[in-house]
Amino acid sequence: MFRFIVRRLLQMVLTFFGATFVVYALMFAAQDDPIQALVGERPITESQRAALTERYHLNDSFLQQYWYYVKGLLTGDLGTSLTGRKISDMLADAWPVTLRLSALAIIIAATIAIVAGVVSGIRRGSLFDNATLFGTLIVLALPIVVLAPLAQLIFGIKLGWFPPTAGKSATLYQLLLPAAVLASLVVATELRVTRASVAENLRADYVRTARAKGLTRYQVIRAHVLRNSLIPVITLIGVDIGGLMSGAIVTEKVFNIPGVGFNLYRGIRTEDGPLVVGFVSVLVIVFLVVNLLVDLLYAVLDPRIRYE
Amino acid sequence: MRGIGPWKMAAGVAAIALLAAGCSSGSSDDDETLPNTISIGIAEPESLIPTNTTESNGSQVLSSLFYPLVRFDEKSTPYLVAAESITHDKANKVWTIKLRSGFTFSNGEPVTSDSYINAWNYGAYGPNAQLASYYFSKIEGYAALQSVDPDGNGPKKAEPPKATKLTGLKKVDDTTFTVKLSTGFAGWESLMAYDCFYPLPKAAFASEGVLTKDFAEAPIGNGPFKLRGKWQHDSQIQVEKVADFKGTVPKVDGITWKIYQDQTAEYADLIAGNVDVQTKIPIESLASASGDLGDRLQKSPSSSFSFVGFPIYEKEFANRDVRRALSMAINREDMTEQIFLGSETPAKSFVSPVVEGYKANTCGENCEYNPVKAKQLYTAANGPKDLKITYNADGGHKAWVDAMCNQIKGSLGINCTGVGEPKFPDLLKKVEKKEPVGLMRLGWVMDYPLMEDYLGPLYTTDGSSNYYGYSNPAFDDLVRQGNDAATTTQAEKLWGQAEQILAQDMPVIPLRFGQNVFGHSAKVTNVSVDLFQKVDIYKIELAE
Repeated sequence: MFRFIVRRLLQMVLTFFGATFVVYALMFAAQDDPIQALVGERPITESQRAALTERYHLNDSFLQQYWYYVKGLLTGDLGTSLTGRKISDMLADAWPVTLRLSALAIIIAATIAIVAGVVSGIRRGSLFDNATLFGTLIVLALPIVVLAPLAQLIFGIKLGWFPPTAGKSATLYQLLLPAAVLASLVVATELRVTRASVAENLRADYVRTARAKGLTRYQVIRAHVLRNSLIPVITLIGVDIGGLMSGAIVTEKVFNIPGVGFNLYRGIRTEDGPLVVGFVSVLVIVFLVVNLLVDLLYAVLDPRIRYE
Repeated sequence: MRGIGPWKMAAGVAAIALLAAGCSSGSSDDDETLPNTISIGIAEPESLIPTNTTESNGSQVLSSLFYPLVRFDEKSTPYLVAAESITHDKANKVWTIKLRSGFTFSNGEPVTSDSYINAWNYGAYGPNAQLASYYFSKIEGYAALQSVDPDGNGPKKAEPPKATKLTGLKKVDDTTFTVKLSTGFAGWESLMAYDCFYPLPKAAFASEGVLTKDFAEAPIGNGPFKLRGKWQHDSQIQVEKVADFKGTVPKVDGITWKIYQDQTAEYADLIAGNVDVQTKIPIESLASASGDLGDRLQKSPSSSFSFVGFPIYEKEFANRDVRRALSMAINREDMTEQIFLGSETPAKSFVSPVVEGYKANTCGENCEYNPVKAKQLYTAANGPKDLKITYNADGGHKAWVDAMCNQIKGSLGINCTGVGEPKFPDLLKKVEKKEPVGLMRLGWVMDYPLMEDYLGPLYTTDGSSNYYGYSNPAFDDLVRQGNDAATTTQAEKLWGQAEQILAQDMPVIPLRFGQNVFGHSAKVTNVSVDLFQKVDIYKIELAE
């Protein structure tokens, strides 16, 4: 197991450099005139342009700029965005609220998906099963650009059950509505995977044997079926965590949460190369770590799996 | 029992996650708002350093932290605020500014001539890359502070400029200083109302000509409010009143500038009462706004001007009648009512109604919707059968450009398409390369409330925003004469004549003048938004 972890960590380093290089190259290629993008429609004087170009090494070749970036990364300096703020400060500001939002969203999604999925799997074909399938189908069909403002309008403004926006230092209550909207992105797939997995395991031989031994249905489910059914769902949840953290762009925009997704969108729109690369680098690390944890969890859940 | 291991782990993970989610900054010391404070919505400012602020959000926050030399009244005439007197010589070249005594910065330092001179030198110095630097270009000595790249974009680095101080700024005594301009300019007093002319305290500078890092996050100003804490990026900026302020005291004791990324989210908060003023109601919410807000939805004139320009290198528009015909083919009233729901007004002049010297309908019949005459002129002048209008797709212009194209199609019977470029700089690049873009969509917001600001930068031969290349020496001459005129009335007469030339030549088609459409909560009253989209923080107060 130990060797497995070490090997994975080394792979992570390689993947990290590979991924950031690709992102860097893409941002570099897409950058047209970031200085003009900075000032918008105003004219910019030659000396200002010269000063900004010097500061951000915009006149150097691609490899030279990448080298500056890697040098900074290795010393922990993620660089400065084109607006002048340090990227590590922006990250420190944006991460906490995104982490909280995605953690809450995952908990909501996982709870609903697992509970409803298990019940649906056990009582396949029942009214509950069909109702949840229909419900998840609707949620899956509504794109988030429609769902988020709609939820804000109905629950936030008209009914007033939740505050319509959450800010940077939002309380748990303020994050509930955005987290629920975000959870809707992943709950449908997680629920269906759970349901299918439970249904499949209920037909397994060992369940028949356990019932034959005299255990009640409930005991069988609790002791055997649940644990085995959750393996695919846990892996899915692990992957979803990473996705939710970076993909919450629309939700963050609608509910006014200045997190990672919003900053990424802003960086892309304003051609702020250092910002996008800085944020994406950290996201890559998060993805890799989460995937490693999910794989390790896999081994814990299923004793048949042992890593070399 | 076996199998409980993973459950313990799962429960543990869930507990930690919940704790993390709920564990917000429960230390909400930023929620201890004093009574008599209000909240105003803004977008994240680009910068809070006065000489680096060129957009309305930063400008709005700075208006609470700093006290300007002059401000504008409802007629856009400047009146003295932090200055006791501003006099000038006959040529409008040497201006003497005497400051009102007794003013201090919020950290106790007195406001002196040096506070202004050091701040303006910092802004003008090229390598500091301050975005508002070109406002200082009228002061003598500005060119010496700019670095010149010796070989264009080549490998040689530009040397830092030798001079660090503008020769045109001279201190007379602690409360008087003079400004010498390189050429006379009658509107200099109005120009000094702009944010980049605010003074800076000694505490702002770490060493000569270098600002401290903290100043950008927590500026110290000479205004009626001071910062509470620091600039909380993407979240809010809190200001509270300064004790014993010597100037006009605002009616509220504190303002929370709430930062929103998205105007519809801000609107949702406005309806829910979480924010007190929104200075720009988004178009998507305009339809429901009067129902939601009633008489808390208000309009006031703004200085924005929308138009389309004819690039001079496009030979198909060289005939003046083609340009006139296109202008007559557009129904401006229809557009402002249907697409903009009354939030903009049709433009029949080249100068905005908000500046002195504006004359209504200078464009005359060229801007009146007359499809019959338009078609006559167009066919007689052999106008192109295929028309293109190029615009920047990130500005929300598609709807009205398409509508305008439809109007032109209907009036002239020609083909018209709107072409979107991803960003405005992309459009500019195409024009620089002289590619056929057809008409180009443009917009203008005034920098200072003078007629000249709508004429000089847009239509003079070397105007900074003259992207289409219009050049008319008679026009340039009249604008320059207006700049040199002894009084503003004389200047406006000359500028009016210059505008007449534009009405004859039609280098652009004026389309719309903008309005501020803003709303406020029931908690506040006396809300007004000025021409620069800023709330008047001195007048606003809590409703009874």
